[in-house]
Amino acid sequence: MKKLELLQTLNGHKGIVWNVSWHPAGNIFASCGEDKTIKLWSKEGQEWTIKTVLVDGHQRTIREVAWSPCGNFLASASFDATTAIWDKKSGQFECNATLEGHENEVKSVAWSPSGQLLATCGRDKSVWVWEVTGEDEYECEAVLNAHNQDVKKVQWHPTMDLLASASYDNTVKLYKEDKVDNDWTCVATLQSHESTVWSLAFDKTGERLATCSDDRTVKIWKEYKEDNQEGVIVTDKESTWKCVCTLSGYHSRCIYDISWCHQTGLIATACGDDIIRIFQESEDSDPNAPTFELICTKLDAHPQDVNCVTWNPKGNHELISCTDNGEIRIWKFEE
Amino acid sequence: MTKVADNVNPHIYEKGSEREITSTDLDEDVVDEIDEREVFDLIRNINDPEHPLSLEELRVIEESNIRVDNKENTVYVNFTPTIPHCSMATLIGLSIRVQLLRALPSRFKVTVRVTEGTHASEHAVNKQLADKERVAAALENNNLVQIINQCVATQ
Repeated sequence: MKKLELLQTLNGHKGIVWNVSWHPAGNIFASCGEDKTIKLWSKEGQEWTIKTVLVDGHQRTIREVAWSPCGNFLASASFDATTAIWDKKSGQFECNATLEGHENEVKSVAWSPSGQLLATCGRDKSVWVWEVTGEDEYECEAVLNAHNQDVKKVQWHPTMDLLASASYDNTVKLYKEDKVDNDWTCVATLQSHESTVWSLAFDKTGERLATCSDDRTVKIWKEYKEDNQEGVIVTDKESTWKCVCTLSGYHSRCIYDISWCHQTGLIATACGDDIIRIFQESEDSDPNAPTFELICTKLDAHPQDVNCVTWNPKGNHELISCTDNGEIRIWKFEE
Repeated sequence: MTKVADNVNPHIYEKGSEREITSTDLDEDVVDEIDEREVFDLIRNINDPEHPLSLEELRVIEESNIRVDNKENTVYVNFTPTIPHCSMATLIGLSIRVQLLRALPSRFKVTVRVTEGTHASEHAVNKQLADKERVAAALENNNLVQIINQCVATQ
């Protein structure tokens, strides 16, 4: 029997909880939201409890939090147009750098796999790439204006410095640095969704991408490199990304978030119909036309929209989700 | 300089009657589901941003353009801008959304849209009103919230 078992409901925030983020070690997570605070949670015995509350970093809603791959830094993106970097070099968590430049709301922040680069995006339609240049020093490497609407999400490839962004303009774009002139450029535009793309997640190989949208579908995209066996046309030596699977008819409202577990391969979605769904690739799935099965539907996972879902990076089947009324829930997926 | 209204001479309609209280309304043993009339009453007196008139008087809101499903916990409100190029359409839609957000139980999913075929930027307005993140960000803008509160305040 496959099901999501509720381990704990946490009520620490006031108002909308927009995002939760696992520490790479999988034993701590951060949460953020409308109440302008960041809360750090860890386990005491069997219970998750608040260990630290970070306040006064932002003037408005904190939309997203992200841990650096080393686990020593936490970045927070806020509607106040700034991104704050927190660390505990002094023994306790403090904000030691603030990244400014976006014209208005910052919607998302992500660290590259090396931890040397940071990406932010926002309502001003731009994506910024920042380089860590020293202790508490960050320099803007590039401002990318490829989207023509609000940019909702940025996410890095799991092993390379390839950046993906999702937008209100219904597209996903990929960027990388040209090593010759150190210029960041958009190398692919993924077009197929019919409304806002809210989130995206790479699989563990980074050769596939899952995206979720207000059009109520999930799409799986596959990378076709130069001289691929399948004969997919590749121009300018840049890989072609093709939509190889669309999961439609499963979600009844906007899909706000998607998480692709790098250990188990399971895909979880957060939906505006209050439901968490889990998909698994079929065993006989064709790589060029994969099939995914809905293996679990958790009705009324929250009393309101599910804003975020995220698998524990350790692959222990733990999942966190959050919603509009301040509630965070920890789940265990049972096979 | 005062801004000239988009629609200088809007057509004004008569207000409807108040809801008739029936005997079942007073009966404590009868479950009163939220119905179209109740949602209508919550938003009919919202003020137009440009005229000293209610959305009902301008026929921006009509009871027949409201749908409530108590089982599904959904509320759909279609509103009709007075002219197809009304620059206030998003603000009016936002006021309706805010009023229902504040007045209805949180279990309801509220969808506010422009009545089909009545506005030049219908799709763009609908998309913006449906984007909860942009609505949340808008509601952190004090000037905008003040304007919305003025619209929503009943006179």
